[in-house]
Amino acid sequence: MVELKLQDYKAEKQPDWCPGCGDYGILSALQMALFELKKNPSQTVVFSGIGCSAKTPHYLNVYGVHTLHGRVLPVAQGAKLANPHLTVVAVGGDGDGLGIGAGHFVASGRRNVDMLYILYDNEVYGLTKGQAGPTLGLGEKTKSLPKPNPQGRINPLLLAFAAGYTWIARGYAYDVKGLKELIKEGITHKGLAFLHVLQPCPTYNDLHTKEWFALRLYKLQEEGYDPYVPEGLSPEELDQKMAKFQEKAAEWGERIPTGVFWKAEVPTFEERLKAYLPRYPEVYPALGQKEALDLEGLLKEFAL
Amino acid sequence: MEEFTWRVGGPQGGGIETAATLFARAVAKGGWWVATKREYHSNIMGRHSYLDVRLGRKPVGAFRDRVDFLVALDGETLARHLGEVRPGGVLLYDPKVLDLSVHKLPMLDHRVQEALAERFGKGDPSLKEILAAYAEAGVQPLPYPYEEVADRIGAELGVPSLQTRRTLNTIAVAASLHLLGFPLEPLLEALALQFRGKVLELNEKVAQAVYREEVPRLSLSLRLNGYEPGRVYLTGAQAAALGKLAGGLRFQTYYPISPATDESVYLEAHTNFQGADVAVVQTEDEIAAVTMAIGAALTGARAATATSGPGFSLMAEGMGFAGMIEAPLVVTLYQRGGPSTGLPTRTEQGDLLFAIRGGHGEYPRLVLASGDILDAFLDAQKALAWAWRYQTVVVHLLDKFLASMAQSLPKEALTPLPQNGEKRLAPREGFGPYERYAPAEDGISPFIPLGTPGGFYWMTSDEHDLEGHITEDPVLREYQMEKRMEKLRTARREIPLEDQYTLYRDGDVLVLGFGTVKGTLLEALDHLPGVGYLHLKLLWPFPEIGPLLEGKRLVTVEHNYSGQLADLVQQETLKKVHHRVVKYNGRPITLDEAVEALKAVLAGTAPERLVLRKGV
Ligand SMILES: Cc1ncc(C[n+]2csc(CCOP(=O)(O)OP(=O)(O)O)c2C)c(N)n1
Ligand code: SF4
Ligand SMILES: [Mg+2]
Repeated sequence: MVELKLQDYKAEKQPDWCPGCGDYGILSALQMALFELKKNPSQTVVFSGIGCSAKTPHYLNVYGVHTLHGRVLPVAQGAKLANPHLTVVAVGGDGDGLGIGAGHFVASGRRNVDMLYILYDNEVYGLTKGQAGPTLGLGEKTKSLPKPNPQGRINPLLLAFAAGYTWIARGYAYDVKGLKELIKEGITHKGLAFLHVLQPCPTYNDLHTKEWFALRLYKLQEEGYDPYVPEGLSPEELDQKMAKFQEKAAEWGERIPTGVFWKAEVPTFEERLKAYLPRYPEVYPALGQKEALDLEGLLKEFAL
Repeated sequence: MEEFTWRVGGPQGGGIETAATLFARAVAKGGWWVATKREYHSNIMGRHSYLDVRLGRKPVGAFRDRVDFLVALDGETLARHLGEVRPGGVLLYDPKVLDLSVHKLPMLDHRVQEALAERFGKGDPSLKEILAAYAEAGVQPLPYPYEEVADRIGAELGVPSLQTRRTLNTIAVAASLHLLGFPLEPLLEALALQFRGKVLELNEKVAQAVYREEVPRLSLSLRLNGYEPGRVYLTGAQAAALGKLAGGLRFQTYYPISPATDESVYLEAHTNFQGADVAVVQTEDEIAAVTMAIGAALTGARAATATSGPGFSLMAEGMGFAGMIEAPLVVTLYQRGGPSTGLPTRTEQGDLLFAIRGGHGEYPRLVLASGDILDAFLDAQKALAWAWRYQTVVVHLLDKFLASMAQSLPKEALTPLPQNGEKRLAPREGFGPYERYAPAEDGISPFIPLGTPGGFYWMTSDEHDLEGHITEDPVLREYQMEKRMEKLRTARREIPLEDQYTLYRDGDVLVLGFGTVKGTLLEALDHLPGVGYLHLKLLWPFPEIGPLLEGKRLVTVEHNYSGQLADLVQQETLKKVHHRVVKYNGRPITLDEAVEALKAVLAGTAPERLVLRKGV
């Protein structure tokens, strides 16, 4: 394949996001990360749900599959399991991933398929004009809400942890360089990586704006936080790690941390599949049927 | 005897499935063709369940109203199946249950208790009275104390009775066959198919011991029918799973639901066979099941999911997604009684119109229905072939009756079908977007698996342009809609007529059916001169059968309330269906019911809508 330039990863199609939308930053970071990792566009698939955020794949020159509202994770996992050689990135909004798709969000953590999931969190349902998203705090009232939000806020990091995601991080849409590094690490991580991105929505979220975040965000790694969970930790050491994680994941207010919160090595679903698919991943579903079916053998148990 | 029905009833979880399989294999080893139907509750242990094994000199595809031989393993069976044994038939029962009365059968539905109370003119009839009613109806009751026999044999063999009591099923089967004068040899061969090692040894000894006991001579008897090798005996769910394997399935998803689960579990258990490497994923729900299968299909893997009513409802949006992005997808739908949770373990064909129409918007989908075990095997392959040929959703309809029914059939009938006709793009050199939705007269753009070198493309559940980008342009919308829907016309043109329908016999009275009424109606024809039968396999796109219906008195026979097939036939052919024979109590239509209903049609006494109500 020819050497690709950064520009080659950008599609001709122009984004139709509002001016100043945080999604632009995430798109740039994703494009840069794919470029810097020298990902082959023909072996890379970006999946998305439905929402403003979910339009992302159309703006990248890699395979792009824009699925249904809330269903990006199962579609992406199906593709990755069927062809484990693909680099798979799934993206979507907070409503997509933690509202309608919350069941898949949790179940995916239990599997640990090797891919990256990026959640664009603007705390609102952007594309449907600003209703409260599942990450908007109780009692908060963004400008398009007629009344304060009567429902509480999900903490995506804690939920990801409880579900079993093996790499958990948070980035910020306007810190494109930092985000790019996180995306690269998430793609490279072996297992299911979860990247929570704080994404200002200037059109509907007037509470948590660029200015609001600027005063609060800090980088965990600059303060010496070590997310790595080596194998063979004693129960006490693991407890300490988890306590530290929880403290940081719950921090939201005067200070808001970004960076990598958790990084563990856990067998992937692909590795677990071997238990009953002995030839996986050498023989993977996308290859088709390589050998004739032993129908004769299968029929033996039914013989009369 | 030309045909014979043996029924075993007892508590679920007590191994009566084992008993029925053993009986079926034993008589099959004696040369008979067999079919077995299974009725059970949505319960793990204790609720009433029964199985019928029907034998014939020809392959069997239908079941009777009345049985010849009933093995009642408990008191509840005695109460529930009163009236189900034909005069001259035999009832084998455990005399210890005679101390019971209807009110001491806690799992018996109140409705049945009340019906019995009314019949016997007292609040709580005893099982002794019920037994007498069997005798009055001409049934021969034979007391057989299964547990006592087990203990006696244990003592005789020097084996703890705890062990022989685990062979009650073998005892019941051996006693039945011995009473019928059927030789022991085939039973021993059947045991060898069923058990291994020490368990086999014990069961063999027990069967031999049962055969050593003196039994009364019955008026009924069962002879050997000339064993021929090369037959197999399997269920519809197993046949569908095997068909999927033969069709090259590589990825299957499912969320547990009766009666669909068996298929996925079978696939999961057989991945060690050559060519059967199917990744089976149990998902968090049916929404994930359908969408994950779509994701797999996009990479070029033959992918499918299997479900039943409630799960199918959840899949509606995902199926539309597959239709929109043109992903090949097979959804195997094991219908059960609906709506809602409905009758989880009882049969119905109530999802026909939903399978054809369910979901928002319009997209091309194919719907086919299997009528018997062999169909299930062949149709599963056709479903995969069509999904890949037309790059869209194929719904393969089965139902609970077929899923759990087993039939013996010649092994050579189970042959793999060619899986060709798929259009795939040849990868190119270079780099740039592919036109995934390139124009095609037949509506079928070449398939491009994700990961194809030389380029990339986009896909979206939104309406899209040739490259797969979102568009709301009216001209492009029309173009894509027409291109997608064209596939239906292509399919109807290309699919051979014998895969669309079969006119088994023509007649002035023409019966139409789909799915699992097939075996019943085919046998019914033997008793109904002048009646024809048109069996539909392809339900959508609807075959052009109008000319075949010209001038006929039309009758539909189906398992649902409203007569969905009748509606469909009328809508598609503009021909009036004169009689709708329907059944929706969760029990399959019997041969006797079908014959009776169609005789009424012939006699001109049948109403426009005829409801069949038999079944326990
Ligand atoms: C099943 C279904 N329900 C509702 C919708 C309407 N809908 C489209 S986008 C969206 C919310 C998007 O919010 P989010 O996922 O946070 O993405 P954002 O637009 O904020 O990026 C909704 C509810 C839909 N497309 N599908
Ligand atoms: S509504 Fe908000 S999230 Fe959507 S494009 Fe506009 S700014 Fe971005
Ligand atoms: Mg949002």
